Amino acid sequence: MTYSFVLESLLNGLLVGGVYSLMAIGLTLIFGVMKVINFAHGSLIMLGMYTAYWAVALLHVDPYISVLISFGVLFLVGAAFQKFLINPILDAPEHNQLLLTLGVSLFMENFAVFVWSPDYRVMKTPYSGINFYVGDVSISFVRLVAFGLAMLVSAVIYMVLTRTDLGKAIRAASEEPRGALLMGINIRRIYLITFGMGAACAGVSGAAVTPFMPVYPYVGWLFVITAFVVVVLGGMGSVFGAFIGGLIIGLADSVGAIFLAGSMKSIISFIIFILILLFKPSGLFGRENA
Amino acid sequence: MPEGSAHTYYLQRWLGFQAWIAIAVVLAALHALPWVVPSVLHIMIMIFLYAIMGQGWNVLGGYAGQFSFGHSLFFGIGAYVSTLLFIHFGLSPWVGMFFSCSAGIVMGLFLGYLSFRYGLKGPFFALIMLAFAEIFHMITMGWRAVGGALGLLVPLKGNSPLLMQFVGKEPFYFLTLWMTVGSLYLVWRIEGTRTGLYFLATREDHDAAEALGVNTFRSQMAAMVISSGMTAIGGTVYAQYLLYIDPDSTFGVANSVEIMLRPIIGGPGTILGPLLGSVLLTPLSEITRLAFQSYSGVHLMIYGIILVLVIMFLPDGIIGLAKKTLARVGK
Repeated sequence: MTYSFVLESLLNGLLVGGVYSLMAIGLTLIFGVMKVINFAHGSLIMLGMYTAYWAVALLHVDPYISVLISFGVLFLVGAAFQKFLINPILDAPEHNQLLLTLGVSLFMENFAVFVWSPDYRVMKTPYSGINFYVGDVSISFVRLVAFGLAMLVSAVIYMVLTRTDLGKAIRAASEEPRGALLMGINIRRIYLITFGMGAACAGVSGAAVTPFMPVYPYVGWLFVITAFVVVVLGGMGSVFGAFIGGLIIGLADSVGAIFLAGSMKSIISFIIFILILLFKPSGLFGRENA
Repeated sequence: MPEGSAHTYYLQRWLGFQAWIAIAVVLAALHALPWVVPSVLHIMIMIFLYAIMGQGWNVLGGYAGQFSFGHSLFFGIGAYVSTLLFIHFGLSPWVGMFFSCSAGIVMGLFLGYLSFRYGLKGPFFALIMLAFAEIFHMITMGWRAVGGALGLLVPLKGNSPLLMQFVGKEPFYFLTLWMTVGSLYLVWRIEGTRTGLYFLATREDHDAAEALGVNTFRSQMAAMVISSGMTAIGGTVYAQYLLYIDPDSTFGVANSVEIMLRPIIGGPGTILGPLLGSVLLTPLSEITRLAFQSYSGVHLMIYGIILVLVIMFLPDGIIGLAKKTLARVGK
């Protein structure tokens, strides 16, 4: 095990961690505002990956243009999801919302098996072979771009939440829905936009990893549990926490990959998950009793 | 003793004469079934197996209100512990079942302690269960000694009832039938005790129950013990019946869904809910599996649709709907 090998896998972990951050930001945004844990987040990521894949395969667009398409499609899917499925049961016990999103996820994944077959599909891009070298350490171009895209979208979301009227309305709806309603904020519309934004995060992160990860219907499970771990680590509902948590879990996974067999590499992040639940259930940046 | 207290509630739980007759008729019919329509035995066994495990889920999810998204964890522990003991030590699964059950309960107590100690509510608990089932999934996938991704074959010993292996399907049919009856009776009895009422109180309002002196932590742990033990026993019998287990079919997420969907559709927190759900869902999944062999996921797709429809329109399951309809007709 050489020094450059360790450095390389840590760097890769950090780059993938950035994408985890974006996935988790989508999840935590939806939880923070609607108090719904979105089990279908993995399926939304899967849908984002397929959208990008088909945009490249059928429309022959550039893979990084397909990210935009994925963003738009998933925003609409998310808003529709909220409007037709979540809004009608907003007042039901929270485990019912959890089950509903689980049902949607089961449907989406197996529908994908039905229409697109369970085959692994690999996006063909002119970028995938490009590597940069810093000394002995090679950095893959597609991973670097994925990281950059994730950072960009995270920053945009953060700016929207903190600097715009829309963001103010979203935060108000999250903290005090009734009060926000009294102030003339259209809560249902805010919910649509928030779910759309959360789903768009999933779409962008899915599209961003498609150039270096195969697409298949159950790929979402690979990410969704990691995204949950990240959200709990960062504190449920905390966007900043999800950001930092994603980077930590990305690094932890890469450390796991150095020492453990392929299928067990995520065990380290699960152990972190358990430790957090044991000693600080509110997460690193969560509100107490949130 | 005041009206409606736990004590009188318990005393009122005698079934009427007609109910006993009905139960006797149904049981007699079920005992005659292997000779009348032998072709349905496999489906009946699967119905009973998932009814038992669904009942296990129901004690914790339906009665105590803690929705677990990872009951495949207990199922898998039940299946793996007895099978490994059988393979390596030749221990009969009848004995192995007690080890399976104990292992499941120890795991349940550990996870219950982790979660309920902090009063971690609904979604958190669901996620913890899911995460642990996933950890075991990964460990069994990667660890050669327990079969890895290929899984384990239970060694065939021919017709040996002492090792829970039989030539025909009938013995498994009667075994699972009586285990189902046993699980129904157990839950019926629990529902009538103080412990059962504590479960409901904890589910309905955790803080109010605590304020009234209910030890919510202890009652959640009790529910966990019953739930994990029952599910693990189901796992052992499943392994002996199918003679093959692998990580996906035991610890997989889809299996957790299989287990919890039955009580949710039948009616969570009711005695007959899991059985009713299993009677409806099991044939559906077996038939779609046969009809769409090349698309292994079709039954899960249908499950997804059913789950969404049930949550949106029948949040109390079919039994809840029946009760509501009866109440309306009764007026």
